[in-house]
Amino acid sequence: MNDPAFTNSSTRTATATVVRRSGEMSQTNYLNREHGLRSWLLTTDHKRIGLLFLWTILIFFTIAAVAAALMRVELLTPQGDLVTSETYNKLFTIHGVLMVWFFLIPSIPSVLGNFVIPMMIGARDVAFPRLNLMSWYIFVLGGSLALWSLIHGGVDTGWTFYTPYSTTYANSHVISMAAGIFIAGFSSILTGLNFIVTIHKMRAPGLTWFRLPLFIWSLYATSLIMVLATPVLAITLALMCLERFWGIGIFDPKLGGDPILFQHLFWFYSHPAVYIMILPGMGVISEIIPCFSRKPVFGYVWIACASMAIAILGFLVWGHHMFVSSQSIYAGMVFSILSFIVAIPSGIKVFNWTATLHKGSIGFQTPMLYALGFIGLFTIGGLTGLFLAALAVDVHVTDTYFVVAHFHYIMVGGMVMAFMGGLHYWWPKITGRLYPETLGKMAALITFIGFNLTFFPQFLLGYLGMPRRYHAYPPEFQVFHVLSTAGASILGVGYALPLFYFIWSLRHGRIAGPNPWRATGLEWQTESPPPKHNFIKTPIVTGPPYQYSPAEDEDLEVATV
Amino acid sequence: MDTFRLFPIEASTSAREIDYLYFGLTVMLLFFVAVVFIPIIYFSIRYRRGSQANRANPSTGSNLLESGWTLFPLLVSIGFFFWGAMVYYHIEKPPRNALQVQVVAKQWMWKLQHAEGKKEINELHIPLQRTVSLTMTSQDVIHSFYVPAFRVKQDVVPGKYTTEWFRPTRVGEYHLFCAEYCGTNHSAMIGRVVVMRPEDYEKWLRTGDTSRSIISEGRRLFHEKGCSGCHVGSEAIHAPPLEGIYGRQVPLASGEVVTADENYLRDSILLPGKQISAGYQNLMPSFTGHISEAEIMQIIAYLKSLGEQPRSDKEGAPENTSEQK
Repeated sequence: MNDPAFTNSSTRTATATVVRRSGEMSQTNYLNREHGLRSWLLTTDHKRIGLLFLWTILIFFTIAAVAAALMRVELLTPQGDLVTSETYNKLFTIHGVLMVWFFLIPSIPSVLGNFVIPMMIGARDVAFPRLNLMSWYIFVLGGSLALWSLIHGGVDTGWTFYTPYSTTYANSHVISMAAGIFIAGFSSILTGLNFIVTIHKMRAPGLTWFRLPLFIWSLYATSLIMVLATPVLAITLALMCLERFWGIGIFDPKLGGDPILFQHLFWFYSHPAVYIMILPGMGVISEIIPCFSRKPVFGYVWIACASMAIAILGFLVWGHHMFVSSQSIYAGMVFSILSFIVAIPSGIKVFNWTATLHKGSIGFQTPMLYALGFIGLFTIGGLTGLFLAALAVDVHVTDTYFVVAHFHYIMVGGMVMAFMGGLHYWWPKITGRLYPETLGKMAALITFIGFNLTFFPQFLLGYLGMPRRYHAYPPEFQVFHVLSTAGASILGVGYALPLFYFIWSLRHGRIAGPNPWRATGLEWQTESPPPKHNFIKTPIVTGPPYQYSPAEDEDLEVATV
Repeated sequence: MDTFRLFPIEASTSAREIDYLYFGLTVMLLFFVAVVFIPIIYFSIRYRRGSQANRANPSTGSNLLESGWTLFPLLVSIGFFFWGAMVYYHIEKPPRNALQVQVVAKQWMWKLQHAEGKKEINELHIPLQRTVSLTMTSQDVIHSFYVPAFRVKQDVVPGKYTTEWFRPTRVGEYHLFCAEYCGTNHSAMIGRVVVMRPEDYEKWLRTGDTSRSIISEGRRLFHEKGCSGCHVGSEAIHAPPLEGIYGRQVPLASGEVVTADENYLRDSILLPGKQISAGYQNLMPSFTGHISEAEIMQIIAYLKSLGEQPRSDKEGAPENTSEQK
C-alpha cells in the first residue's frame, strides 16, 4: 500500500518505475477503449465529459466571437452603417449572454475541472458520474434554447436584462433566452455540487486539505459560489418572465413594481458569478507557475485561504454595480469599502505567484507564457477595478468603455489566458500528444499583444466619456475605436492559431509520455492519455504538493529533452 | 465638442475633484504595477532556466511578507475609500439655492423644463458658475443622464425621482449622453449642454416660447385637475391641507413618520393609498394615467412654493433613496 512510487514527494521515481517512459502511447486508454458516437453520448467518464464540454463551449465561443467581430467592424466608423441599431443591440446581447453563461462559466470548471479534478485527487471519477453527464445534457438543452432564440431573431436587452426594459418594452425573444440561461444554470449547480462532494469524499489516502493542489482549492471555492448564487439567478429570471408573460407587477413601476429590485437580485448572482469566471483561472495559474519555475508555490496556505475569502466576500459587493442607480448613497459607501476589501485576497495571490519565481529555474514554455500574461493583465484589470470601487470615479466611468475595458482585462485577459494556459498545460495529458511548442509560444504572444491593443484604448475612451452599448458615436472617439478593432483582429489570430495546431497535434503531435512537464501533481503520475479509471492503483500521498526543486533541475533538463 | 483629445475637458467643479481622485488612483495603479512587474521581469531574466544565478535555500513562504502585502494594500485601499466616499457624498447631495430644472426622459428623448417655464428637448442651456439641480424621472425604461465634461451621471428611473447637480466652470457646448441602455435608439438619445455667460443666459431665457413658470403651470393644474376641490379649505371633504407640506414630517396612519419630499408627493398623487396621513381616510382617487410626468413635476413645484419648510434632516438621507418609503 505504501508504495513510494505514487507519492508526491518522490516524483522522479514515480515516473521512472510505474508508468512507461515516453515514446509510445499507452495501449488502452479512455479515448481508444470504446469507439463510436454512442460511447461518447452515454459516457460517464469525467474525462470524456470534459471533452464534450470542450467542444460545446467552443461552438458558443465561436458564435460570440463572431458577434464581437461584427461589433468591432461596425465601430470602425462613427456612424451606424454596417448593421442597424437593432441588430447592433442584439449583437452585444448575444456576445454577452453566450460568453458569460455558455463559455466563461463552464470553461475552466466544466472542461479542465472535469478532466483533472478526479485525477488530481487520485480518484477514479467524480462522485456522481451520471449526474455529471446530466450536467452536460442540461447545458446542451439550455444552449440549444439560447441558439433557438438567436436564430428566431435574437434578444436586445443586453446580458443584464434590466427591467422594465426586458419585461415591458423589449420586442425580442426575452423569455426563451432567459429560459435557456435558467436551464444552463442547473448545469452549473450540478457541476458545483459534484465537485464539492468529490473533493470532500474522494481524495486519495493521505491527501489532506492542505496537501491539495491549489487548483482544487480554487475550484472548491468556485463550486460553492455556483451552488449558492445560481439559484438566485434562476429566481430573478423566473420573476422577470412572470412579469413579462403574465404582467404580474414585480419590477415595472407601472405595475406597482420596483425596477431597482431587479438590479439587486441580478447582481447578487452576477457579482459572485464574476468570481466563477476568475477563481478557476487563478487555480490554473497556481499550477503552472510552480511547475515552470521548478519551485514549490510561495505561501500555499495564503493562496488557498485567499480563494475562500474571495468566494465569501464576493457575495457582499453586488451593490457596487449600482452606485448611480438611485441606491442610497450610504449603501453605496458600504459596498465601496467591501469592494476594496475583496481586492486584497486577489492581491495576495499575485504577490505570491511573483515570489514563487524568486530563485526558481524558469522555463518559458507556452503554458508559462500564458500564465505570466495572466498575471500582467489580471493585475491591470484588478487595479482598475479599484477605480470603479472608488465611488466618485465610478459615477463618471460606470456604463462607459472604462468598465468594458476593466472586465475584459479580468475575463479575457485573465480567465481566457488561464484557460488557454491550462489547455496547453494539460493537452499532453488529455490527448497523449504535444502541441507544437514554437507555434504555441507565438499564439500566446499574439494573444497578449492583440488583447492589449484591443482593450487598452478602451480605458482612455471610457474616461473620455464614451458610453458602452452605443451603435453610433461622436467622431472624436474614432481613433480609439480603430485601434481597438485593429487589436481585435490580431486577437482573433491569437485564438484561431491554437485551434489549428491542436487539431493537427491530435495526429501529428509528438508523443508526450506520462509527464512531459515533469510536474508533481497526481494527474501526471498516470499514463497519457490516462486509462479509463485514471489509476491502475490508488495513489497514496505522503507529502505536500509542488515538491519541485530548482537545483536538481539542470541535469534533468538534459535527460528528458 | 468634436475634437480628438486624450483627456476630457473639465467643465464643472466636480470634474476637478473627480480628476484629482482619478490621478491619485492612477499613481496607485502605477505603483502596484511596478511592484509586481519589475520583480517578474527581473526574476524571469535572472532565474531563467540555465542561468548561473544562486538558487540555494529558496523560500516557500514568509508570514512577515504575507502580512505586509496584505496590510499595506489594505491601508491604501481604505485611504482611497475615504477619498472616493467624500467626493461621492459631495456630488450626490444636491446643494441649496440651485437653479431647478425638471427632466423627463423617454425612449429616446430628453425633455427638460426650466423653473422659469422654458422648455427644451435634448438640450440644456445653463449659466456659467451657477449651481444647477436636475430633478429627473422616466416615462418608460431606465435612462441615465450623463455629461462627461461635468463627470456626473445619474440613472433616471421610472416611478421615482432622482437628482443630479453640477456647477459649470467653462463656457461651451458639451455632450449629453444616455448612459443606461434603453433600447433600439439608445445611442441616438444624445444631446448637448450649453454653458452660457449669465447675461447670454438671461437673454436666452426671454427668447422664443416664454410660457408661464413651472410654479404657475403647477397652480393652474392644481385647480384644473381638481386637487384644490378637496385640499383647499373644503368643508365637505376632509383632506390634508398642503400649505408648507414640502419638507415637513408627516405622521402616517400606520404610525410611521415620513418626510414629505418629492418622491412622497409624487406617490401621493399616483398611489394615494400607499402612505395615508394620520387622521385622514383614503378618499383620494389615483391620478395614474390622468396626468403626465411633467405635469406632476409642475404640481410639486407649486406645492413646494406654498411656504417651504426648512428640512428637518439637514444631513439626512438624500431625496433619491427609496428607503424612506
